[in-house]
Amino acid sequence: MMSFLADYIYYIGAFGLILIGFYIILIKHNLIKVIIGLGILDTGVNLFLISVGYITKGTAPIFSGPGIDSEHMVDPVPQALVLTAIVIGVAVLALALSLAIRLYQHYDTLNLRKIREQKW
Amino acid sequence: MTFIVSFLVVFMLVGAVAASAFRDLISAVIAAALVSLIASILFYFLQAPDVAMAEAAIGAALTAAIFIIAIRRTRRYEE
Amino acid sequence: MRKAVAIVLLIIVTVGISLSLAKIPFGAPKTKVGKRYIEEGIEDTGATNIVTSVVVNYRGFDTLGEVTVLFIAAIGLGVVLTTSKREEMRKIQPASLILYTGCRLLFPLILVFGTYVFVHGHLTPGGGFQGGAIIASGFLLIYLGCRERRINRVVSNLAESLGGLIFVVIGLLGLVFGGYFLFNFLPKGTANALFSAGIIPIVYIAIGFKVGSELAGIIDNLIEES
Repeated sequence: MMSFLADYIYYIGAFGLILIGFYIILIKHNLIKVIIGLGILDTGVNLFLISVGYITKGTAPIFSGPGIDSEHMVDPVPQALVLTAIVIGVAVLALALSLAIRLYQHYDTLNLRKIREQKW
Repeated sequence: MTFIVSFLVVFMLVGAVAASAFRDLISAVIAAALVSLIASILFYFLQAPDVAMAEAAIGAALTAAIFIIAIRRTRRYEE
Repeated sequence: MRKAVAIVLLIIVTVGISLSLAKIPFGAPKTKVGKRYIEEGIEDTGATNIVTSVVVNYRGFDTLGEVTVLFIAAIGLGVVLTTSKREEMRKIQPASLILYTGCRLLFPLILVFGTYVFVHGHLTPGGGFQGGAIIASGFLLIYLGCRERRINRVVSNLAESLGGLIFVVIGLLGLVFGGYFLFNFLPKGTANALFSAGIIPIVYIAIGFKVGSELAGIIDNLIEES
């Protein structure tokens, strides 16, 4: 049990964040809370990608001195992809919040049920 | 070592559940910023310093700031 | 009714993900591409930070796509938020003297630290995106502390456009000199020196300027009190 927990604790953390993000998007009715759930889902997926690329007893992939061996280094490709994904995540959140502000100025509420009832 | 990582993961999941349960939207945003900060620490434990720096600067500071500015222009409490 | 459907969907997703996660071992080497990038990274590019050489040199076209997505998001936000009707003028309280002086003292230090992070991107952990985010945090401090100032929109738009233009022009110069887009045509130099690794420092400086002024422009658009 302890060795199972030690191996898979990062997977359980990332997986829990993805589930909680999905729950917020499906169940809650306030628009800003749905956007918060989108941000939590994004963080969970990034954590999962980095934890897949980890090699046991590896170090960071930077040759900072003249005598570092390249035998035990962590995989650098998932780190480059996650760097891109974090910046795109913040751009999507900014655009979604600007659309939420315009929606509030037009309907004067942010409750998704009430917005769906008014057809105009 | 495993004990520290398990404690941090439990703290992160409690923060995410709190972000879903709060009715005051500013408290929910601060709980989401706590999730981003603990994820940045976990990135450092997984030997990825570039990603840890990017997540701490963008996820914990700028995302919380633009959420609070947007909440100030709409309502504060969830109906 | 909707809650029941959502819970059933979540249970299906849980079972599916946990069945496939049990097959991925934690900590075993999985791909061969990473090993090739680590072993031949310094001879190909000259940068000692392997993640930087993957982002700018081996996968430079993806970085160009990401810079485009950020640009589209900033423009979309500017278009959506300008055609709003006038809100009531909120009275801005002036900041106290300690806050004003402290923010004015901290702002140049944050700018210097952000510049250091993106200039040394090919030697230490860091790079264009992290440095740009730190510079945008410095501008956020000015908005919160000294509340009457606004950033100069002309200079910010100029820095953003010049950053993107320099990135594309360097790519086209690589097409002229080498044979493919974003070819590394400057000399590689010795490892661990500041002026080394070909086009990588120039590209990261351009990206640092662009991302910093873009995020500061997003905050300025959101804060605009009519």
